[in-house]
Amino acid sequence: MAEVLVLVDHVDGTPKKVSYELLTLARELGTPSAVVLGAGASAAAEKVAAYGAEKVYTCEAEELDAHLVGPKATVLAELVSSTSPAAVLLPSNAEGKEIAARLAVKTGSGLITDAVGLTADLTAEQPIFGGSVVVQSKVATGTPIITVRANSTAPSESPGAGTVEPVTATFSDADKAARIVEKVVEDKGGRPDLGDASVVVSGGRGVGAAEGFGVIEQLADALGAAVGASRAATDAGWYPHQHQVGQTGRTVSPQLYIAAGISGAIQHRAGMQTSKTIVAINKDPEAPIFELADFGLVGDLFTVVPQLTDEVGKRKG
Amino acid sequence: MNIVVLVKQVPDTWAERKLSDSDKTLDRASVDVVMNEIDEYAVEEALRIKEASGGDVTVLSMGPERAVETIRKALSMGADKAVHLTDPALAGSDAVQTSYALAQVLSTLEYDLVIAGSEATDSRMSIMTALLAERTGQPQLTGARKVTAGEGTVRIERQTENGYDVVEASTPALVSVVEKINEPRYPSFKGIMAAKKKPLTTLTIADAGIDAGQVGLASAPSQVTSFATKPPRSAGQVVKDEGDGGVKIVEFLASQKLV
Repeated sequence: MAEVLVLVDHVDGTPKKVSYELLTLARELGTPSAVVLGAGASAAAEKVAAYGAEKVYTCEAEELDAHLVGPKATVLAELVSSTSPAAVLLPSNAEGKEIAARLAVKTGSGLITDAVGLTADLTAEQPIFGGSVVVQSKVATGTPIITVRANSTAPSESPGAGTVEPVTATFSDADKAARIVEKVVEDKGGRPDLGDASVVVSGGRGVGAAEGFGVIEQLADALGAAVGASRAATDAGWYPHQHQVGQTGRTVSPQLYIAAGISGAIQHRAGMQTSKTIVAINKDPEAPIFELADFGLVGDLFTVVPQLTDEVGKRKG
Repeated sequence: MNIVVLVKQVPDTWAERKLSDSDKTLDRASVDVVMNEIDEYAVEEALRIKEASGGDVTVLSMGPERAVETIRKALSMGADKAVHLTDPALAGSDAVQTSYALAQVLSTLEYDLVIAGSEATDSRMSIMTALLAERTGQPQLTGARKVTAGEGTVRIERQTENGYDVVEASTPALVSVVEKINEPRYPSFKGIMAAKKKPLTTLTIADAGIDAGQVGLASAPSQVTSFATKPPRSAGQVVKDEGDGGVKIVEFLASQKLV
């Protein structure tokens, strides 16, 4: 079977969960090969082998972390040329999509983003218009380059050989044109990343103030969840913009999404409608969020959420 | 500093959006259309840079004839002139093809910066600036929540998952902005009147040197094979808080094996 290249999203050699999901998907499509780029790449080899990577292509060239997107696309393009893979899978986050875009141009290939499912013949399923329409699409030209959303499949282990093959690449001036001069971390604390999290707790206009997010964070921590926010809340400055869920923000599809004080406007729904289970808490019984909630509670989030946090704590002992 | 702003006309998010049954492309004709929302922030940012450092702002849009309404809106906000790439042969082009067509037009324009919105509300791919960077060989500064334009350089704060990266490049450069960046102005009455007299160049693919074989639905490198309207998520149970709302939710979560 042909190789399927999987770009591994990792931090210093520790892959994010979405990478294991992509390897799991890739096993259905061909022989998975992991591509790990940047500092710490070789440290990821054993971890990705556990999820079926037969080969692990690594490159730790400093250009990969010093410049935006371009160098990573170049390494992938060289691998596409040398391995003629059946497909290239990348995580459907901001950087993954941009790498995929540049790779598509470099290799003269078609590109599909935001897939939530893939069949053996490489037909991708994508939800569009905020999840109201589901599209099946295929790449018709070149090597299928497909970005897949986190939580599209459950990751499962299946040992692969994990043979490490270091690769080198020559980077053009264009690859190195955008220089990353500083990386600033604003989110301290150990909450999972919004894009990767199995559980997301979000607050909206009903939270009322920045301080109001305290109860949202406490529930998130009780559940081991990421914190999200509606645009109303981020526009008001109550919570950092990078936590915004919805159109123009992040798109998430966790196992459980809890929306507190969020009315459920289409802009918000576009970012969370594919969540497996949705729970909504809102004072307004007419709030549109209740139309898509699996369980809706009409009440004041400032009494319901703390009680919920306590109850979760009791269950977990 | 001369700036090109990319704007896109999209179906209004609030309207019922659909795909056309015949060719499975976005129905752009029978729906209310607006300027893609984040593009207003791109126009605003271009105007602010111009107001601080001089130069002119050119609007560039690819789209059907009626996209001229969106172009006029950008002009009424204060952009100086516009280029409208419109040709029936472009219909059904996917993002990769669109980037080829836009890059052909960009190659005929003089600019220090191209500014675009980070995402269009119809396709939501968020890749046009990266595609154009690959095509032009110019740096991509994408996902900017702050742009600082200097003499021959530009520096941005790129929104990341846990904060931001400071990224810089020499001009000419391609920037995309997120809506945190500014608060777009509304067109004034004077601006709306002035927009009607501003230069608007309409280009066909032949005018722009675009190869007809590389655009349009038939040659699109990605193809929609089928689509279906998803039945709306059916509402589950909704209960009123009687003082035990938190308990009720946990019981539901436990029944779904979620706690």
